[in-house]
Amino acid sequence: MPLNKKIVDLNERRKKILLGGGEQAIEKQKAMGKRTARERIMALLDVNSFNEYDLFVEHDARDFDMDKKSLPSDGVIIGSGTIYGAPVAIFAQDFTVAGGSLGLMHSRKITKIMDHALKMRMPLIGINDSGGARIQEGVNSLAGYGEIFFRNTISSGVIPQISVILGPCAGGAVYSPALTDFVFVVDQISKMFITGPEVIKTVLGEEISMEDLGGARVHSEITGNAHFFAMSEEECFDQIKRLITFIPWNNGKKAMMFEPGEPKPEYNINKIVPEDPTLPYDVKDVIRAIVDNSDFFEIMELYAKNIVIGFGRMGGRTTGFVANQPLEMAGVLDVDSSDKAARFIRYCDAFNIPIITLVDLPGYLPGVDQEHAGVIRHGAKVLYAYSEATVPKLTVILRKAYGGGYIAMSSRHLRADFVFAWPSAEIAVMGPEGAANIIFRKEILSAADPDKMRKQKVEEYKAKFANPYVAASRGYVDAVIEPSETRRFLMHSIEVSENKDVPMPQKKHGLPPF
Amino acid sequence: MNKKDTLGYLNIDTSLYQTRITTQFENRKPYKPADPRIILSFIPGTVIDIFITAGQAVKKGDDLMILDAMKMKNKLKCNMDGIVKSIAVNKGDRVSKGTVLLELE
Repeated sequence: MPLNKKIVDLNERRKKILLGGGEQAIEKQKAMGKRTARERIMALLDVNSFNEYDLFVEHDARDFDMDKKSLPSDGVIIGSGTIYGAPVAIFAQDFTVAGGSLGLMHSRKITKIMDHALKMRMPLIGINDSGGARIQEGVNSLAGYGEIFFRNTISSGVIPQISVILGPCAGGAVYSPALTDFVFVVDQISKMFITGPEVIKTVLGEEISMEDLGGARVHSEITGNAHFFAMSEEECFDQIKRLITFIPWNNGKKAMMFEPGEPKPEYNINKIVPEDPTLPYDVKDVIRAIVDNSDFFEIMELYAKNIVIGFGRMGGRTTGFVANQPLEMAGVLDVDSSDKAARFIRYCDAFNIPIITLVDLPGYLPGVDQEHAGVIRHGAKVLYAYSEATVPKLTVILRKAYGGGYIAMSSRHLRADFVFAWPSAEIAVMGPEGAANIIFRKEILSAADPDKMRKQKVEEYKAKFANPYVAASRGYVDAVIEPSETRRFLMHSIEVSENKDVPMPQKKHGLPPF
Repeated sequence: MNKKDTLGYLNIDTSLYQTRITTQFENRKPYKPADPRIILSFIPGTVIDIFITAGQAVKKGDDLMILDAMKMKNKLKCNMDGIVKSIAVNKGDRVSKGTVLLELE
């Protein structure tokens, strides 16, 4: 066959496969409000940047008449491309081909691109849209999942791993996203669960819809499995692209530098925080008053809202923010917020991203449910994550820093590199009311007017201890600064921490309380 | 700040903080200590056999019933000496976790 005919033949072969599961299946996919796997890759990557591999891969299963079935590309598309010029490896399950079910060759394609991403030290993006294991392939499909989980784990902390749930992701399949760094979900499209509504109905007699069991909102608000919630696939892709601009390609690099810009004047840092420590405000406004261009990219916005995490830039450098949110549950630490913060701190540490911690919390949430849910070990995750992190750690105490909460929120004692406090800071073992009630218990009880005495003692305590100067006098706070000086102090601290190098004792790995 | 109307108060160390309160926190149930005389299903499943009748005297370690759950036939054993006051389920009933199965006295 002459070469030109061979090229025609190649293109014909390609054309057939590029149709995936065929026009009918594509129509069905669209009717569900979903794009095809290939459209998704094209929407996400830079134009003309996608190189596809393993287009001609086919399964060789024989049982259950599988030998008579052709599954184009075995239901998954793999390749590499770029997002804003950053290299990424990508796979996208094709629901139009056998429901995106995972068989041996399907999994081999995924693990091939995972190996590639790890070897080339580039981010990996996985688009999940699959009915689950290909039952006809039996234990081979289980082996496939296991091989993927292993690679997710080995690559963890080396390359960024992003999971996008654009369809069902059920049973064992959910554990790959769970092992990755960031999970993106879309309202009405994403469905994640270990056992689906039918099994639950059969075994337990409980009826629940897929959406209520494991929809995008559930995983964004209740379970904490998802990090980014979008109303459409388009919005989801925009979020992924934005995330890529904030993170480095691998753990040996730093994130891209951007042109710095001043925060917007509408965020007046002098006027955000009320003086009375019991009054709420939105701590995100403080972040926006500090970061470049007031541009804050929040992560897990809908989960454990009492702590805020996300990325911003300081002088063009990516910085991770962890901030107590007085607007939600007074900004207390509890099981969920500890878990949320600790994981993010470890992410920043793994990928060379400095951490700025903004402190304003009254302590831990009291309650039987919290204690029984293990607030001790979950709360300990925050201590562990801050202590082991060797990236630059900068702390600003805005207002309250009481008791265990003070220690946990990146205090000097956990080796924060720079600790600043505003004049409004109250660094104390507990709130003035609680402290006065204990310290002056006798005086208050024996007074002619206990209420008056209590008020007087609370004021005494406030005057003496509810300030940053006791901590500053011990060097636990490096500088007491005006709110308007915050950005300047933080930018300088990040600059001088550029080459921070902290030797840690040799070990195989630590044992964080999870 | 929007949603100002939804602010409530949270008491931490006798200070009252004005803040948004989660529905989960608002709806939390007061703690009640477990009563050893009330036997609850520890797992969702189906009662496939009952070995005792109301009024019967039982000893610690006696078999009470079989709860079929997660492909396992779980034998429920008596945790104390006593008398079966009442049985709250019938053979074949499907029960969720925490359902009262029987009461001892």
